[in-house]
Amino acid sequence: MTTPDLVSPAQADDLAPALGAGARRRHRFGRVLQDVVGGVIVLWGAATLTFLAVHLMPGNPAVAYAGGVGSHPSKALLAAVSKKYGLDHPVIVQYFIYLGNLLHGDLGYSASQQMPVASVIKLNVAPTAELTLGSLLLAWLLAVVWSLLTVRRGRIISSIGSGLEILTAAVPQYWLGIILLEVFAFHLGIFPATGGTGLVGLVLPSLTLAIPIAGFLGQVTREEFESALEQPYITSARARGMGDWGVRLRHALRHAVLPGVTLSGWALGSLISGAVIVESLFSRNGLGNVLLQGVTQQDMPLTIGVVLIVAVVYVVATIAVDILYQLVDPRLRSAGQ
Amino acid sequence: MTVVNAPSVDKQPGQARQRGRARRLTPGVVLAWLVIAFLAISVAFPGLLAHQGPLAVDPAHALQGPSLSHLFGTDQSGRDVFSRVVYGARESLPIGIAATAIGLAIAIILGFAAALGGRWADAVISRFLEVLFAFPSLLLGLLFVAMFGAGVGSLIIAVGIGSAPGYARMIRGQVIAVKHAPYVEAARILGHSRLRIMVGSIFPNAMRPLLVLGTLGIGQSIVWASALSFLGLGAAPPAPEWGAMLAAGRDFISSAWWLEFFPGAVIVATALAATALGRHLQRRMEGRLAS
Repeated sequence: MTTPDLVSPAQADDLAPALGAGARRRHRFGRVLQDVVGGVIVLWGAATLTFLAVHLMPGNPAVAYAGGVGSHPSKALLAAVSKKYGLDHPVIVQYFIYLGNLLHGDLGYSASQQMPVASVIKLNVAPTAELTLGSLLLAWLLAVVWSLLTVRRGRIISSIGSGLEILTAAVPQYWLGIILLEVFAFHLGIFPATGGTGLVGLVLPSLTLAIPIAGFLGQVTREEFESALEQPYITSARARGMGDWGVRLRHALRHAVLPGVTLSGWALGSLISGAVIVESLFSRNGLGNVLLQGVTQQDMPLTIGVVLIVAVVYVVATIAVDILYQLVDPRLRSAGQ
Repeated sequence: MTVVNAPSVDKQPGQARQRGRARRLTPGVVLAWLVIAFLAISVAFPGLLAHQGPLAVDPAHALQGPSLSHLFGTDQSGRDVFSRVVYGARESLPIGIAATAIGLAIAIILGFAAALGGRWADAVISRFLEVLFAFPSLLLGLLFVAMFGAGVGSLIIAVGIGSAPGYARMIRGQVIAVKHAPYVEAARILGHSRLRIMVGSIFPNAMRPLLVLGTLGIGQSIVWASALSFLGLGAAPPAPEWGAMLAAGRDFISSAWWLEFFPGAVIVATALAATALGRHLQRRMEGRLAS
């Protein structure tokens, strides 16, 4: 699995305390601007990559744009597509037409769904957003509660704690989902197996996505939690007579969640790929399910459209996390005041 | 997952304890070796473990639960699930190993080019990797399958491409760390040619963590490859590939749990064994560097 580098706003903001209040605000604004410019470059690269994908795949690009060999596009459709994407022009012109279309929000037409890709995405984005955001919250809840309960609780409990994290992080989502279905839907009958509306229908799919992510976030949080509990301010808080829970909740937790927060952008990306599996397994509507249909039928406009939307979400989430990081870390906040 | 730490100069107090642990075989490592031994026998001599062929049907004994004669039960055609899992190692392991090899090969080219090719090469390749990171591994794989169609061949390449960016970033960091190591400095002062330094000093030292990376990666690749097979984009039934077995068992999920439980459990065991072994190798390597 791949994770982005941990950004370290602390380093970038080293300068901040030395500057005046106005300069600090400008400094912060500059940092956000830098993030946004970086994000735009990444998205441009992503768009370029998808353009290359269409032109590197075997066969006529017109067929790919028209929805793949499987959709048997008519001559008239192929001619229309060729005209729209400027396929009789040199490749570099085609590239700019392609980028221009994307900038206008025109993602092409999906042959497998029989409607424009933008409409397919609009129709399916809500259930997937619900699923992934719910899972991210659930993953954090599980990771934090588990850490609070098991870090530094004697050898046996701590080992069980970290062992379970390693195990859950290694379990593939498709298998976890099947096990949850077997136990809670078919055996105990507590939750619906497929479909299901509202919160009840969301429980098993969210758990399927959240548990492996929680295991991963838990490992990172545990490491930080352990080192936070060794810090002098913890000893001083204990010396002031603060109870164990108070120390954990008020002092250690805040430091422990920081590195995990920077991973939330990555986690969101991972959750969206997980959504492909979970939506298929639980027969839910959503971007993942639509993407799978697109891939199976080699419907390139749809596949590319969904993949690009995911890249946008990843970039936006990464920027948001970077800003959030500054809010959570008290050192950075006081530097801004 | 940051799996490989570049051999760092600063020694931490925990190092001595880690070194001690590296020499001792922990129960986890022993268990991992047992799993790997089982898999090795499955690949080399499946007949020793399985008492039926992977495709031998027996409709009279269809969909039977686990018993002494069918350890993992039977599927809808009466095929023995245990035998299929054993023979499946011949399909799933090569897929995982080949995908990891492809991922590492791409990563070595990109990582070395970025680290040694000068500022511009580094800037371009690092940006390129950043772009790839915007696509989660599975999505990168799906894009590839959409381009070239489903099947085992494109599955292997898809998983390889999906895992390459992560490896490339680690290898780049490793090469840069080695480039600034004192022994490279020394070679430079001795007046060795660039090529000789690269082949003699940088390459072997930068490749050292590759064994660890590869071991950890194989577990990951097997999981991703079976995910694609599970989605119906890889090995097609009735092949005993583990992911394809899970996909085929989905129709019987409410009645025959063993069709889904056992192949999945073997995938998890394989992934965990590869991870445990990779971590063990990593600790030993760090221990050796420390001593």
